[in-house]
Amino acid sequence: MRKLLLGDEAIAQGAIDGGLSGVYAYPGTPSTEITEYIQVNKIAQERKIHSMWSTNEKTAMEAALGMSYAGKRAMSCMKHVGMNVAADCFMNTSITGVNGGMLVVAADDPSMHSSQNEQDSRFYGKFAMVPILEPSNQQECYDMAYEGFELSEKVKLPVLIRITTRLAHSRAGVVTRSLKPQNNLSLPEDKRQFVLLPAIARKNYKHLLSLQPQLEKASEESGWNQYFEGNDKSIGVIACGIAYNYFRENFPEENCPYPVLKISQYPLPRKLVNRLVSEVKKVIVLEEGYPLVEELLKGYLEKEPIHGRLDGTLPRDGELNPNIVARAFGKAETTRLEVPSIMVPRPPAMCTGCSHIDVYNALNEALKKYGDGRVFSDIGCYTLGALPPFNAINTCVDMGASITMAKGAADAGLVPAVAVIGDSTFTHSGITGLIDAVIEKSPITVIISDNESTSMTGGQDSSAIGILEDICKAVGVEPNHIHVLLPMKKNHEQMVEIISKELAYNGVSVIIPRRECIQKAVRRKKAEAKQNSAE
Amino acid sequence: MKKDIILCGVGGQGILSIAAAIGAAAIKNNLYLKQAETHGMSQRGGDVVSHLRISSKPIYSDLIPFGGADLILSVEPLEALRYLPYLSPNGQIVTNSVPFKNIPNYPSEETIFAELRKWENTIIIDADKIAEELNAKRSSNIVMLGAAAPFLGIPYNAFEDGIREIFGRKGNDVVEVNLAALKAGFNFANQN
Repeated sequence: MRKLLLGDEAIAQGAIDGGLSGVYAYPGTPSTEITEYIQVNKIAQERKIHSMWSTNEKTAMEAALGMSYAGKRAMSCMKHVGMNVAADCFMNTSITGVNGGMLVVAADDPSMHSSQNEQDSRFYGKFAMVPILEPSNQQECYDMAYEGFELSEKVKLPVLIRITTRLAHSRAGVVTRSLKPQNNLSLPEDKRQFVLLPAIARKNYKHLLSLQPQLEKASEESGWNQYFEGNDKSIGVIACGIAYNYFRENFPEENCPYPVLKISQYPLPRKLVNRLVSEVKKVIVLEEGYPLVEELLKGYLEKEPIHGRLDGTLPRDGELNPNIVARAFGKAETTRLEVPSIMVPRPPAMCTGCSHIDVYNALNEALKKYGDGRVFSDIGCYTLGALPPFNAINTCVDMGASITMAKGAADAGLVPAVAVIGDSTFTHSGITGLIDAVIEKSPITVIISDNESTSMTGGQDSSAIGILEDICKAVGVEPNHIHVLLPMKKNHEQMVEIISKELAYNGVSVIIPRRECIQKAVRRKKAEAKQNSAE
Repeated sequence: MKKDIILCGVGGQGILSIAAAIGAAAIKNNLYLKQAETHGMSQRGGDVVSHLRISSKPIYSDLIPFGGADLILSVEPLEALRYLPYLSPNGQIVTNSVPFKNIPNYPSEETIFAELRKWENTIIIDADKIAEELNAKRSSNIVMLGAAAPFLGIPYNAFEDGIREIFGRKGNDVVEVNLAALKAGFNFANQN
């Protein structure tokens, strides 16, 4: 049966059909749609597949590992920077190994459409020494998730599936396969497999090292890595993941002079790479993301004629497209029209009626007398407060960094220092930083701009709903320095007054302006109206 | 048969619903399809684009090459111009004439229309007005779909079937209103 699916959805459907028992994830573009698909899928509901959002990527990865420990097939999905949060667990999953099959899906965002950097998650796979699958199209997304569990169970390691934005968010027809049974509950045979005491970890690590030739052999035999003959040996092509499509757009299979090695499973298939390099005069490596394969083959001494992103054959940064690849092979440029000079950018902005707008208007006024440069912010819709007309924030680094950076700056003497963080980001990674500030009674004002939603990724439920004040009290913020406000235009003066008062306080204050995300409110009212008319 | 379509507008204008309708019609005709969408940050009122590729043969790239698009279908006039580099030398532009002004430096409408008219194959349609006249204010995107239909290489009745499928759950009235919107857009394109 052929279904029209996003790359993300194809992974979700492949995992469900492959016997998944639980997905664990925190929303993050471009990975969000994997978990959302499973949440509303009928078979997933019938099979009671776990799909509720986790508080962050680390808790998600650990829960997936726990499900694998118990013998069932689990998947953990995140955006590339989420891999940093989950890395503590991920790096150790290759030392523990798995019991039930475990897939880790990392969705990278080259060109930074919705991200702070364009790090390449294949490095994490290589770092942890686990198999990496890099689909080139939606069908491979499905097939790799479907078959990935068996690969994972065969080598007893987690398998990393790495995709990028264009594949995650592009739709195509996918042929699905028969539904596999789920695993039964079963404990690991070796009761100490998951106990990473040094003596056991050393043994497990040696085992991981000894597995590497087997992983390489699996890559060599993998149907996803393909060698295509070509008569013109002046150039050989190595095309990884989605870069293969951009190459084929220019040189379709029936009309390609060059030998081509398509790579979709790592570690690199050594025999195939050797064969290509020995057959041709030079190699052009096409890969979406960092020049991982190129650097590896070229080597520091640059003894091999390898070309790609490092020598300018392709741009060093940003995502690929058919035109960039055409240029790398000296194909004639297509004629193209210019964008007229009247064109202006249309950047994203906070929605009309958004509660963050009222928060920034009040904060900007309260801060006037202290001067610029003291607002540390975080990851979410409110990051758009950096743009005019607000120009309200000075930092956006990683999930939770608002509170901790404000603390560090306050330690340095920047008083008052302000943190602006969203409700979902606060429970993701803000709480531990708040504890640091409370312990030292740091003079910071923390604004948790609470829209009861994870909005930038589409309005998923926030795990902070209903518990923010209790969390703050529980970690030791003084109750008389915790304020809940209703951010509305008519309350502007009151908000300015309370923020001003707390800015002057020589200790930790938490202000929680709370009003439901305007987009979410609209969707909720629509759904309620529908419900009412049905009744 | 092969059609490459740039679908564009502003985040929140609902271009993905048009893409879904074309996609449904393409699948019904047993065509291959790839459709790259914009999700995430830009959906907050930024410029959004969808690369929609339809072909009787398998499609490789999710992205349309520069100079390769047979059609730019835009629900906002300024956004139609943003993607001109994608338009092929024989390409067609179909755009809604109603501006979406959420930026302070939005260019004057005369200059936008003047730039659009520099391209011979341009259809500028007031889809909002046409939809309103049909008492179907929310169907302006379906009017746009109708206006694009002559250029998509798919039989017109496939779009009608697509609309019946997409709106069927919402009742017969909604289906009929959208079929009328589709027809009005289609007629406008054929007469202009």
